[in-house]
Amino acid sequence: MFDSLGRSVLRAVEELGRIILLFLSVLSWMIRPPWRLRNIFKQMEFVGVRSIFVVVLTGMFTGMVMALQGYHGFRMFSAESMVGSAVALGMTRELGPVLTSLMVTARAGSAMAAELGTMKVTEQIDALYVMAANPVQYLIVPRVIAGVIMVPLLTVISDFVGILGGYFVGVQILNINSGLFMKNMTKMVELNDIYSGLIKAACFGLILSLVGCYKGFNTTGGAEGVGRATTEAVVLASITILISDYFLTALMF
Amino acid sequence: MIELVDVHKSFGKQKVLNGLNLAIEAGKTTVIIGRSGGGKSVLLKHIIGLMKPDSGQVLIDGVDMTKLNDKELNEIRKKFGMLFQEAALFDSMNVGENVAFPLREHAKLKEKEIWEIVADRLRSVGLTGVEGKMPSELSGGMRKRVGLARAIALHPQIVLFDEPTTGLDPVMAEAINHLIIETQQHFNLTCIVISHDVQSIFRIGHKIAMLYEGSIIAYGTPEEIRASDNPVIEQFLKGSIEGPIRIM
Repeated sequence: MFDSLGRSVLRAVEELGRIILLFLSVLSWMIRPPWRLRNIFKQMEFVGVRSIFVVVLTGMFTGMVMALQGYHGFRMFSAESMVGSAVALGMTRELGPVLTSLMVTARAGSAMAAELGTMKVTEQIDALYVMAANPVQYLIVPRVIAGVIMVPLLTVISDFVGILGGYFVGVQILNINSGLFMKNMTKMVELNDIYSGLIKAACFGLILSLVGCYKGFNTTGGAEGVGRATTEAVVLASITILISDYFLTALMF
Repeated sequence: MIELVDVHKSFGKQKVLNGLNLAIEAGKTTVIIGRSGGGKSVLLKHIIGLMKPDSGQVLIDGVDMTKLNDKELNEIRKKFGMLFQEAALFDSMNVGENVAFPLREHAKLKEKEIWEIVADRLRSVGLTGVEGKMPSELSGGMRKRVGLARAIALHPQIVLFDEPTTGLDPVMAEAINHLIIETQQHFNLTCIVISHDVQSIFRIGHKIAMLYEGSIIAYGTPEEIRASDNPVIEQFLKGSIEGPIRIM
């Protein structure tokens, strides 16, 4: 038993090392020309623009349910008007970045692993090498840039519609005074809360794109391998996002 | 001129290349034959630097591929074109963009010039007006032809073919063989073909090398190979079950 435990720990450490090496190689290829703006914009559209719908939906309902839950809690000590600040703080600091990046992982991280994995098993990545186009620069750099830029932007949207959803439930359905709702919220939430959430989101964007690309890039074994890589990418990226969330929070607050 | 000197390569405990020596003549077609899974693809990947040997040298015009960094490797790869087994066309791009890819990457050309070259290369593999099609809409034979057009887009000196006729019907296989011969002559290419399709071997090869158990056991003209009394070669060419080649 210790044997197999030791082996899986070794494997995990090795994998982490490989992902960090890939990250360093991404950094070194990022600063070298040619800069492939077309690829970057294409990925930004895929990661960002096409994720707006799921992110709005997730953010909206999260804000709404937080208002509903918070209301019952705060009512016990007659502080219903605190719902606004609770929703806003929760969204900007935690739920906005975490839920957004989990949704983007499921949508775009998995697609990155599947697309690169298919390219790997059909020798398209070898073809890039042969045509003297570095695949890290051509495929991974644009995806990582898109992840780091677009996940924070999506988080802004998620924060906004989350608060909007909270406002709707709190003020329209639960009849909290609109002025108090807004006043408490603006009093409690500082710009720092929003910034820290966005920094988190950028880190999560890096994680999900890097893990998705890493898993795709190292796919072996045909269609089954592509399926495995996709699943592993989503699981590994989600876990890493949740764990790193704790450490980022501990670091920032 | 391509030279492999005492190349060793293992995957885990399995020795795939075991002190392989081979010199490939410029401006000729050399066919490397051998069993499926016998290390032919591995050999090809060593020639173009996709794999590095555990020990030994791979010399391209006197430059050792195994000692180059990424940038130098990219420079030397511009001398190469490669046709992959399943063509390896980029499925996110249409045919025209696929053939234009190496031109966009490495040649500073105007858009109009790029499309002229693309049409010319496609014409030289017998295709016209397919630029707008996606690779998924093409048959296996057409994909390979587009793959060849892409491989010769930049006028390489050396073209590698990874089992060009595998998976094609006999007529299409013959058409591809014809195309390899024609392209080789037209562009005066050094072609390296790996194959286990016995009929094709003698059609296209100026020189034939037999890879067996990690090294080249025979090298010569098609006539010399055909006349060989080496039992391994005899068995391989006849496709018989009886003989020194063990079936696992």
